[in-house]
Amino acid sequence: MFELSAEEWTAVALSLRVAAVSTAVALPFGIAIAWVLARKDFPGKALVNAFIYLPLVLPPVVTGYLLLLAFGRKGLFGEALASIGIVFSFRWTGAALACGVMAFPLLVGAIRISIEAVDRRFEDAAATLGANRTWTFLTVTLPLTLPGIIAGAVLAFARALGEFGATITFVSNIPGETQTISAAIYTLTQVPGGDLKALHLVIIAILISLVALVASEWFGRRAGARVHGI
Amino acid sequence: MLAIDLNKKLGDFSLDAKFEGTSGVTALFGPSGSGKTSIIGMVAGLMRPDSGSITINGEVIFDSATGVDEPAYKRRIGYVFQDGRLFPHLSIAHNLDYGRWMSGAGRDEAQFRRVTTLLDIAHLLRRRPGALSGGERQRVALGRALLMKPRLLLLDEPLASLDAARKREIMPYFVRLRDEIKLPMIYVSHDVHEVKQLANRVVMIDAGRVVTIGNVDLI
Repeated sequence: MFELSAEEWTAVALSLRVAAVSTAVALPFGIAIAWVLARKDFPGKALVNAFIYLPLVLPPVVTGYLLLLAFGRKGLFGEALASIGIVFSFRWTGAALACGVMAFPLLVGAIRISIEAVDRRFEDAAATLGANRTWTFLTVTLPLTLPGIIAGAVLAFARALGEFGATITFVSNIPGETQTISAAIYTLTQVPGGDLKALHLVIIAILISLVALVASEWFGRRAGARVHGI
Repeated sequence: MLAIDLNKKLGDFSLDAKFEGTSGVTALFGPSGSGKTSIIGMVAGLMRPDSGSITINGEVIFDSATGVDEPAYKRRIGYVFQDGRLFPHLSIAHNLDYGRWMSGAGRDEAQFRRVTTLLDIAHLLRRRPGALSGGERQRVALGRALLMKPRLLLLDEPLASLDAARKREIMPYFVRLRDEIKLPMIYVSHDVHEVKQLANRVVMIDAGRVVTIGNVDLI
């Protein structure tokens, strides 16, 4: 009874790829921005902060439309990027961009809290042992932030899997290119007799989410123990 | 060896300390809140004086008049914190190796063995900081500071967080350190017994000022 068509498998594989790529690409930016927000004071910080959290509160359709205006084929940056071979519109990369933008506030939030919780006295200790600021960050701050990074990455991954509004607005719903699990379920519920197939995808979505949660719990606990010197 | 002339305002508290350290152990002795930890924090480069100068072995590492301010990581001054501050995410062996990694130096097996034997911590290498007793933790912190081959060692009340029995257990290691490793040390304490046992020289601090300087009979 549980057999998926090639088309459905495609949607599952695409979802996983989009979620993984968007999370992986967003992660270094998320860490950098979380660090700046946690540690630096500068004029306009409140504004920057608000801008980063915007996708969390804006209707996803609005975010998707803004992405279309900015990165569409005739968009603000889209044309210039296309001339160097980077195209987002109606491509899976565009879906990844939309997911990354939507997940970014969650990623930054989790990592920022974790950086703020790092005991800065350990950084002093590193300095007396000869570590400059870069090495201190890489060998002390970052490892002590690891539980927050894992939590943030899982949140971002889950958010990317569930993304619908921004993606469908920005890159549409093209099977094999931009049709993720969510979009496929939506499409299946719109056609007669698609209910069973939709149910299959729903079950897969639940399974993927469960595996992600259990894995993050496990990694998080290990990282947490390490951070506490156990 | 070490010449210090420091001024720093910390809220209502103003610090104005001038003294010279010699070889052996110089104790910074005074009640808590007298500014001892701030003084060595400035020597280590963790806190910036408002004005003054710090010279070590003839090399100026801080001078507000000429704008010299060597960053902490370049000063090669070992620091043993009151709370040990072992990196919780690293094993004991990696904690001990940390300074060597940062300097890019090769492994000095003889030195490593000498320090771990002197401090009796060789059996702890594979453990993690959370699994150590307070006394073991301070010995490892001391070893970590020694293994970075500092030119001066700062000890900030390294026994203050330990009970009397642990203090008695660790004191001999400090005495051995003083006698076997020829390294100038500044030992911050408000404990008369510790200072009497360990110091060659005492700098008495009160309310941010140097009161007197002399030998241990002062106290």
